[in-house]
Amino acid sequence: MNKLLTVSLSPHVHGKDSTSRLMTGVVIALLPAWAVSVYFFGWAALYLPVLSVVFCMIFEFLIQKYMLKKASSLKDGSAVVTGLLLAFTLPSNLPIWILAIGALIAIGVGKMSFGGLGTNPFNPALVGRVFLFISFPVQLTSWPVPKGFHTSLTDAVTGATPLGMLKEGMRSGEQVSTLLKNVPDHMQMFLGYMGGSMGEVAAAALLLGFLYLLWKKIITWHIPVTILTTVFLFSGLLWLINPANNADPVFHLLTGGVMLGSIFMATDYVTSPMTPKGMIIYAIGIGLLTVIIRRWGAYPEGVQFAILIMNAFVPLINMYVKPKRFGEVKKNG
Amino acid sequence: MSNTVLYTVISLSALGAISAVILYFIAQKFKVTEDPRIDEVEDVLPHANCGGCGYPGCRQFAEACVKADSLEGLFCPVGGNEVMAQVAEILHLETVEEEPRVAVIRCQGSFEHRPRTSHYEGVSTCAVEHALYTGDTDCPWGCLGLGDCVEACNFEALYMDEKTGLPVVIDENCTACGACVEACPRDIIELRKRNKKDRKIFVSCINEDKGGVARKYCSVACIGCSKCFQVCPFDAITMRNNLAFIDSDACRLCRKCVPVCPTHSILEINFPAPKVKKELVTTAAANSSGKAGGQTDAAAGKNASSGDSTEPQNKND
Amino acid sequence: MTVQKNQLKTFPKGGVHPAENKLSAGSPIKILPLPDRVIIPVVQHLGAPAEPVVQKGDTVVAGQLLAKSKGFVSANIHSSVSGKIFRIEARFDASGYKRLSFVINRHEDEWDPAIDRSDTLHEKITVSREEIIRKIQEAGIVGMGGATFPTHIKLNVPKGKKADILIINGVECEPFLTADHRLMLEKSKELMVGIHLLMKALEVDKAVIGIEQNKPDAIALLNGLAEKSPGITVQALKVKYPQGGEKQLIKAITGREVPSGALPVDVGAVVHNVGTTLAAYEAVQKNKPLMERIVTVTGKSLQDPSNFLVRIGTPVAEVIEAAGGLPDDTGKVVLGGPMMGKAVSKLDIPVTKGTSGILIIPDSEAHRMPVQPCIRCAKCVSVCPMGLEPYLLMLLGQHQLWDKARQERALDCIECGSCSFVCPADRPLLDYIRLDKMRIGALIRKEKKAVS
Repeated sequence: MNKLLTVSLSPHVHGKDSTSRLMTGVVIALLPAWAVSVYFFGWAALYLPVLSVVFCMIFEFLIQKYMLKKASSLKDGSAVVTGLLLAFTLPSNLPIWILAIGALIAIGVGKMSFGGLGTNPFNPALVGRVFLFISFPVQLTSWPVPKGFHTSLTDAVTGATPLGMLKEGMRSGEQVSTLLKNVPDHMQMFLGYMGGSMGEVAAAALLLGFLYLLWKKIITWHIPVTILTTVFLFSGLLWLINPANNADPVFHLLTGGVMLGSIFMATDYVTSPMTPKGMIIYAIGIGLLTVIIRRWGAYPEGVQFAILIMNAFVPLINMYVKPKRFGEVKKNG
Repeated sequence: MSNTVLYTVISLSALGAISAVILYFIAQKFKVTEDPRIDEVEDVLPHANCGGCGYPGCRQFAEACVKADSLEGLFCPVGGNEVMAQVAEILHLETVEEEPRVAVIRCQGSFEHRPRTSHYEGVSTCAVEHALYTGDTDCPWGCLGLGDCVEACNFEALYMDEKTGLPVVIDENCTACGACVEACPRDIIELRKRNKKDRKIFVSCINEDKGGVARKYCSVACIGCSKCFQVCPFDAITMRNNLAFIDSDACRLCRKCVPVCPTHSILEINFPAPKVKKELVTTAAANSSGKAGGQTDAAAGKNASSGDSTEPQNKND
Repeated sequence: MTVQKNQLKTFPKGGVHPAENKLSAGSPIKILPLPDRVIIPVVQHLGAPAEPVVQKGDTVVAGQLLAKSKGFVSANIHSSVSGKIFRIEARFDASGYKRLSFVINRHEDEWDPAIDRSDTLHEKITVSREEIIRKIQEAGIVGMGGATFPTHIKLNVPKGKKADILIINGVECEPFLTADHRLMLEKSKELMVGIHLLMKALEVDKAVIGIEQNKPDAIALLNGLAEKSPGITVQALKVKYPQGGEKQLIKAITGREVPSGALPVDVGAVVHNVGTTLAAYEAVQKNKPLMERIVTVTGKSLQDPSNFLVRIGTPVAEVIEAAGGLPDDTGKVVLGGPMMGKAVSKLDIPVTKGTSGILIIPDSEAHRMPVQPCIRCAKCVSVCPMGLEPYLLMLLGQHQLWDKARQERALDCIECGSCSFVCPADRPLLDYIRLDKMRIGALIRKEKKAVS
């Protein structure tokens, strides 16, 4: 043997996990929701996410090569996840150029301006989405109607989401109970028969993805379960107090981006806390803010803002919420 | 309307006045009387905050100077005697002159002279590698080549030579602050007296193994043969633990020890070339792998590329 | 007593599941042919080097004292062969540096006549508690799981403290290693006597043997023997690394948590490895000093992964030779297991008291992957058995914030390597935590100096 032996510190073996493997797992978990989306919204729902991924990857490549002048990190797959998630939060009839702007903001501002993967304080896909939402409100809130849609929604305002209808209706002084008659029933919403962004409509498919993520140990249950529980309890409380002005808790769980947000956005590694305790605090914050924005805010949907707001608190949470140390000596014990 | 403006002006002025009074009293109460000379001393210091004086920063050093009754033991290596003279003037104290010093690397174990016997992987820090094992050579004394010293230097006075894997000191940038000495886990960096034209003669090795053992892992190790010790007319060389050491304060740079060293571990740097050119050529050729050593090779290489004639270490033979 | 699933215990926090790879589990212990030359370092334990009592040129017999322990934490060193002391000089050993060693040229195999070399089992314990500890101390026994802490110190419970349970560590949670497993199968009766000896020395009436569930044969065998021995029970444990860590094992078996900075005896528990227990039996009942040990030689590329009874001081290369020789594609040789073992740069170094295994890693698996940016996935936090935040400790190490790292309890780290193992970005977390610990250690020494 002529080769020199390698010497390094232990451990000398490594687990199977790698960044790209985790990211691939997230993409796989998103596939069911994507399939449902294609089923309901047609071809646009197939090519828009693909385009979004391509845009994100191109922007990441260009920024790293020509502005930051450092090695490309395309292989880790984080740009693919950002691209997919961004597309999933957008309506399927969105012009492609708006999508491109969204990708540029998501990657350029949301991720690269902070130093790339691992250092961004806010979820890049949501940064892109919120930028578009504020800049192009019309395009982002005219939702296409799903195919095979047989409720009275078709007679109502074309392309509104159930949440949007609720907000509009309540502004004009109508009762929630009468408004709710116009939206699809819970089972339909669970399966995705409603207007909305490409990836957010089918709660069932998203939950399937959640199970996959749990099975592959890519994420833990803490954040999604806590957000959903908080939303359920808080909206349930409001509903019990005043059913006339508040939608029921199941409605809140199934509509809008709660499912997509809690399973795929809030659990983003980079922008969520490091300890289970911290995760729960963060998730409760998101749950409460979501319902508060939905109920009292100017926008019908609040998940995106809730997540971004709580993202800002993550460094603080990490600083003060520590894991339980082994052998911690209780000072007054 | 005008009333509103008037009231606003009055109320804000009143508020300001009250705040001013409160602040005045608070300021009085918590007033810290500080010797103004501290600021003066700090002003003349180099503001490098390198810690070379033994204090965390220039401010703390200034405080220590003002407090002290004499400047004995207080020295700013970066500013040198010039700055210390100014400090002494401000404080009306006697100046305590110190010889200017410069860091030297006491290892020549380049890739060429010291064969690699293993391959280290992991964090590029000498401290970690040192804790793990002898390093990728069998020499437990010499440079590990991962550049903790370069990292520690605040004055860009050190760089790693990629050809040799050893650090090189840039003499004119070195302030002898000692940060690299502190950083090196193997203590191969020494602060030595700075001579005229940055001339240096030193044993570039710190191994204390017996000659036979040392030769096995490094061809330019000091083998403790004492030849230099015997030849030195000024008693500047001491032998301890199989290692020769040249005291830079006693050395008169006569260079007698250099040619007698069988392993060429004594370096002479920044001396003019010998007059007989023929001899130089033959020696250089004979010792192409020996005498020149890592540092000088490197410096020469750098000279050639940058064309910088003031480069410190040149012309070894 | 049958082992049921619901009886399995484990430590609650953190841990990982590396591939077990117990290739040599089915291979009985073989006696390695005697080496012609042994290298016996004067430090094979945690603590001060022992002081040589023989000289170059002396003739020694196997079992003869070569170096006497010096200082409180230290251990005796004995010759493992008979022969002539060729040299007493610095030689490379597993520490990565040269240390003073006896180099002995073997001649025949003559043993100290006081040693009982027969296979007879001496079950009857006739000696007093003090005698047991004295004999263990004289035999130079140290923790044989790898920590090599002198055993007699752990048996002398400090005044004011009381041990109430002895835990025998048969976990062997390191992948690849099977030395303890084979020992439990082949020396089970001796092991039982050893446990009784240690119980007597500690004055406890309860002992628990902790074994991971992946060794059902050992659990069954020892269970059978334990039923006949009052006070001794076998506890099956879920397979999880680092269960063999002292603090984790105590937590798993007793539910007690050793406070940060305290010793196991502070919660009434004392842990000894099965290898140590066997050595204690041989020292007390057979007058045999610690001069040989069981070593697993293993690796995926190795022709014949085996368990050998090896004389201390045998060069590692000879042990590898006996297992089929070093494969051509070897990239790394590790003494110990893959999680905590030490990679070595050369193979002429000796097997010492703490060498539980020799692991050969092929070049294709010997290298680290390129380091990627931290994605803050928190996996390191969730696997850390000590409840630390490795990502943070690494960051603090990179920024040289040693004081902060100390506040974040870097010193609690047991260096199990779970964090580096699990990191998807291949970050060298443990390397930096070790740097933290080193620097903090230097800070503490500085502080102590300043105080005195």
